[in-house]
Amino acid sequence: MSQSVYEKIGGDAAVNAAVDLFYRKVLADDRINGFFDGTDMEKQAAKQKAFLTMALGGPNNYTGADMRKGHAHLVEKGLNDAHFDAVMEHLGATLKELGVPDDLIGEAAAIAESTRNDVLGK
Amino acid sequence: MAKVVYQGRSYERRDDETVLRCLLRNDVRAPYSCESGACQSCTMQATKGVIPSNAQEDLKETQKVLGYFKPCVCKPKGDLEVVALDDAHQQKQQLTVVEKSFLNDEILRLRLSCDESFKYHAGQFINLFKEDLIRSYSLASLPDSDRTLELHIKRVPLGVVSHWLCDDVQVGDQLSVAGPMGECFYHETGREEGLLAVGTGSGLAPLWGIVRDALTHGFDKPIILCHGGMTPELLYYVDELRLLEKRYGNFNYYPCVSGIDENALPADISWGFPNDVAFALQPDLVKWQLFLCGHPEMVINAKRKAFLQGVALQDIHADPFLPASPPA
Repeated sequence: MSQSVYEKIGGDAAVNAAVDLFYRKVLADDRINGFFDGTDMEKQAAKQKAFLTMALGGPNNYTGADMRKGHAHLVEKGLNDAHFDAVMEHLGATLKELGVPDDLIGEAAAIAESTRNDVLGK
Repeated sequence: MAKVVYQGRSYERRDDETVLRCLLRNDVRAPYSCESGACQSCTMQATKGVIPSNAQEDLKETQKVLGYFKPCVCKPKGDLEVVALDDAHQQKQQLTVVEKSFLNDEILRLRLSCDESFKYHAGQFINLFKEDLIRSYSLASLPDSDRTLELHIKRVPLGVVSHWLCDDVQVGDQLSVAGPMGECFYHETGREEGLLAVGTGSGLAPLWGIVRDALTHGFDKPIILCHGGMTPELLYYVDELRLLEKRYGNFNYYPCVSGIDENALPADISWGFPNDVAFALQPDLVKWQLFLCGHPEMVINAKRKAFLQGVALQDIHADPFLPASPPA
């Protein structure tokens, strides 16, 4: 079996480097930061880390049903494709900033993209 | 086979099993999500035993000191005693009020007797019980040198517990308390460039402990404390903090007032909210440790702003003083 992006870029340590960068971009983005009002920042950062780990093909146990359940309250508040696109943008930009090669960014984006329908409750 | 003791009940753990899996197999209802050490949903506190270092990776330094760990990636070598975070240290004890004095019109200082068995970090809080009502109060005292626990109690409009403490409780009375709890305390990592402490109102209580704790432990990089109140009369410990400033060259104290005209303020008081004053004084906070205590809106805004400016979440210790929910 071929190595995952997660392994190729350095595993847990690489994700740790990415998580603050990524979460800062998300929180600074007025298109989507309203969804994070009133949430605990540490808990959110940990969730962002879980998301990045998954997108990079690292160890995780998330199922489509988990994604659906975890985002249902946001879908009720109007979470839609445009918001999902914004997060995808930040994922790409974060990995680029860390010097991850384009083909690996593409792989991560494809995994993240595969959760779209579940996240948006479609 | 090693044991996991959870909330006082013992479970046999299989060699290849994580603490979380062992508990789940035994029908313990423990929260969890990613099961790969990332999301921290399952975090617990170990009270006895050796935690493997991977189970504490990327937790805050203060959390590590308290024995927090991630059971989903934890396979300890020996036995481990653990508790759920919500239940940690909930055992009540009776402490005697030994001093009661008002620091200003709205803040009462209570000192409670405590013996050496009460271990805590300066800046942590305790829960105080009045029958069914529970309120959290930060500790302003130092565990090493102060022989009493010091609490600063703000008289909250319509606050049942704060009015009772201010008006009815007398020196010699016994109070029911549990704790200590909380992760907002000083723990030197050797990496920090300085400490910034920002508080409003009785949010000075934990900061008074944290700042003195750092200074008495020889922390020699800059320490800035900004304490805010609406009017100069609502500040307190001003003389004590100025004395501390004289004694320690690396400590600077800025009393801040936001509710009166700037021109009416004496020159030695800064005008504005303490978080704004602090960010203006020290725009570059990367590698600083921050302590934010008091008004929830100030704490949440300052935390977010600091993070967006580049401070690592690991280095931001926040203690928002949330109001008690109104009685049903």
